[in-house]
Amino acid sequence: MAEAMLAADGTSLKRSLARALRRQKLRALMLIAPLLIFVLITFIVPIGSMLFRSVENEMVGNTLPYTVEALADWDADESPLPPEDAFQAMFFDMFLAAEAKRHTRLGTRLNYETTGLSSLFRQSGRQLDDVADISYEPLEDLDEAWDEGETWYALMNTREVADDALMAQQRARVAALTDNETNGEVNFAPDAEVAVLLPLAAREYTAWAVYVATQDGRDPATRDPWEAVAPALLLDLQTADLSGYSGPEADKLRTAQAANLPVANFVDAFVDMDEDWGTQTPWETIQTHSSTYTGGYFLNAVDAQKTADGVAWQPENKQILITLFVRTIWMSLLIMGSCILLGYPIAWLLANLPMRKANLLLILVLLPFWTSLLVRTSAWKVMLQQQGVINDVLVWIGLVADDGRLIMINNQFGTIVSMTHILLPFMILPMYSVMQTIQPSYLRAAKSLGATNWTAFWRVYFPQSVPGIGAGSILVFILAIGYYITPEIVGGTKGVFISNRIAYHISSSLNWGLAAALGTILLAAVLVLYWAYDKIVGIDNVKLG
Amino acid sequence: MKLTKTLLATTALTVATGTAFADGHMASDMTLVSWGGAYQSSQQNAYVAPYLENNAGVTAVWDESSAEAVAKLRAMNEAGNVTWDVVDVVAADAIRLCDEGLALEIDADEQLAAAPDGTSASDDFGDLLVSDCFIPQIVYSTTFGYRTDLVGDTAPTSVCAVFDTEAYPGKRSLEKRPINNMEWALLCDGVAKDDVYDVLGTPEGQDQALAKLDTIKDDVIWWSAGADTPQLLADGEVIMGSTYNGRLFAAIEEQKQPIGMLWDAQVFDLDGWIIPAGLSPEREARALDFIKFATDTQRLADQAKYISYGPARASSAPLVGQHATLGIDMAPHMPTDPDNSQNTFLYNYEFWADYRDDIDAKFQAWLAQ
Repeated sequence: MAEAMLAADGTSLKRSLARALRRQKLRALMLIAPLLIFVLITFIVPIGSMLFRSVENEMVGNTLPYTVEALADWDADESPLPPEDAFQAMFFDMFLAAEAKRHTRLGTRLNYETTGLSSLFRQSGRQLDDVADISYEPLEDLDEAWDEGETWYALMNTREVADDALMAQQRARVAALTDNETNGEVNFAPDAEVAVLLPLAAREYTAWAVYVATQDGRDPATRDPWEAVAPALLLDLQTADLSGYSGPEADKLRTAQAANLPVANFVDAFVDMDEDWGTQTPWETIQTHSSTYTGGYFLNAVDAQKTADGVAWQPENKQILITLFVRTIWMSLLIMGSCILLGYPIAWLLANLPMRKANLLLILVLLPFWTSLLVRTSAWKVMLQQQGVINDVLVWIGLVADDGRLIMINNQFGTIVSMTHILLPFMILPMYSVMQTIQPSYLRAAKSLGATNWTAFWRVYFPQSVPGIGAGSILVFILAIGYYITPEIVGGTKGVFISNRIAYHISSSLNWGLAAALGTILLAAVLVLYWAYDKIVGIDNVKLG
Repeated sequence: MKLTKTLLATTALTVATGTAFADGHMASDMTLVSWGGAYQSSQQNAYVAPYLENNAGVTAVWDESSAEAVAKLRAMNEAGNVTWDVVDVVAADAIRLCDEGLALEIDADEQLAAAPDGTSASDDFGDLLVSDCFIPQIVYSTTFGYRTDLVGDTAPTSVCAVFDTEAYPGKRSLEKRPINNMEWALLCDGVAKDDVYDVLGTPEGQDQALAKLDTIKDDVIWWSAGADTPQLLADGEVIMGSTYNGRLFAAIEEQKQPIGMLWDAQVFDLDGWIIPAGLSPEREARALDFIKFATDTQRLADQAKYISYGPARASSAPLVGQHATLGIDMAPHMPTDPDNSQNTFLYNYEFWADYRDDIDAKFQAWLAQ
């Protein structure tokens, strides 16, 4: 039995070696750490957070928390309209959202799903005050004190025991709605006794107090609350048992309860604001899209949609995205193919010409590469249009009749020609650097062994140049698949890519969730193709030089 | 949190007292965002240069990002670092920015200058205050230009000439989006002007508009940049095409191209300023001060010396004079001139805010067929 080998210090050699290696690795890691952190912070994190938007859907629940709750059990097939609770919850949710100016944002979000919700939310937000005034004005007429912020503050503020849970809940509600911190000093805490006696009024008053204190920096003790507290109070008084209550404003509460003041019927009030509230559509949309995370954007990205009855295809006259994905991929492949065909002979020439001539040729390859992309694309417009250079020449030499000028731009042909031209250097350069390393003696040896020119090329030279083709193809294909500006300018209607739709959703429709989903799918498609390439050709076979 | 609150309170205090010693508490530099080109230089000449002259020590830099203003402002707002002070956007974008809470709400009568005769700003701008955040500058229109030498003996007088490929054979250029094109298509398919948006709000109406556009689909070159149509007209690629009236004015009067202007069913749209939400009080005060000056009656009238867009204030119209370099009267070239505006459309913001995504998807799917 051989003994384990020992290092000089007596530990086993194996362990000692491992330790040395680990130290080395750690040192290497520390050397690249600055770069790694830089890439992580400036590249991976922003892209990750952008892509995360494709599933994120917190806005609905954050803006309408109580409505979402009230709609949870509603079944559209059983009752045509949601219960009155949902309308009531919607009123208080939307009132707060409108004060924070968040209701229009939600309207924009939901309008991606159902056309018309944008203006429904915008217009309804303006009319909520009128609904609140139905209760507020009679209450104020009954006793002027209800118009004073001090009355409300005295009624709601803590005397003995504070309702901390309610306070924390309302802080969270305002924080979710406004995306701002709400941890600041509020100078108010809801009284536990009143919170039990008048739950709705306490809730809405607390939300208001948190909002004015943390968002506007004001003291709730001296401010008048929003009108929405009046309907909340009157709703509570309809059922509250005040007999045991002896706290502040007890008399005023009793008088108000006895007066039996009116509260808006929220169903009628919403239908009065806009008759669309009396239909299932807006409620179903809210219910369907209320989850915190959603697959809806991904469904939209493949021409499907999330409906109340599950997943369905978009109507046929709105299906466009799958077509664009397919088109983007096959046109990119076509562009890659034409780059190989055109680039290979040039790279071969570059590698085999004498140094001085090769350098001149290389400059000719690089010169357009250094010209602005827009200039090159616009130049193709001048070349290819019907009154352009090529057509003029063809007409002049009589190949084409003046009224039969060729259509070469604003279609797929235009996109393929100009993108091939623009991406050609990315194909030529890796091919050139690989071909430079191929020994001419191999070719000579093949010929001296009796091979014809073609056999020598095909059996000896070409296989050695494949790594260059592979590298160039990957570069060109990946660049092409995300191209935006060239297809936009010369692509017309049939030559545009998926990236043009992504740009539309980023900058025009502001549907960043859908744009992120489209981008994620594109990224996944590239990774799958890369993986397939690795399986078929082998990524070790790719050389940039 | 406590510290920021104190800071907020003190700045609020300084703003409150600041009105008395305004200058001391306003930021001394501004970043203005606009569209570049002739339009931006008209703004530079008409109000930015005079403003800087009146306010020594203030500097202004331009950022030519108006085309992506909405997306960029949203990103800046999310990052918590808004670097723009005053942003020039079209009205539809202003409405979106206001909806998203990204633009400051403006009280026109409080924060904008009244007309010289005392008319309040809200009456002077009238219906053009289409959003609470929007301060209108100009009225522009999207209309058609045609090649006078290619249309034959009878120049087109109606927008429906676009759909008449027998009388006017040749290519036409239209913008690669549904807005305006759908309205023109319905109008030329026999829908009454007042009913256009009612019809367009229904799936059948949308199909009808697309069917009408389908009759000329093979003859259309679709543009996406405002400069495309003037170039296509100048090169003779198209015989008629839609674009902004100021672009056509430049091609006709400045470059002397053989192009005629078709003032029929032109679609009025507005361009103006917004102030981003979330600026520091000093910067906000400076932005408001600039806006008040830049949108007063004289300044808006001055802008018409440099570009053929109509001033958004009623009180500016009589003050419109001659072009600064060409020396021609500008009034007849304004989209708002009575002769030019006999048959007009006002861009329906509410409608397109709702239907834009839906109809755009159908329009793009139709284009791709």
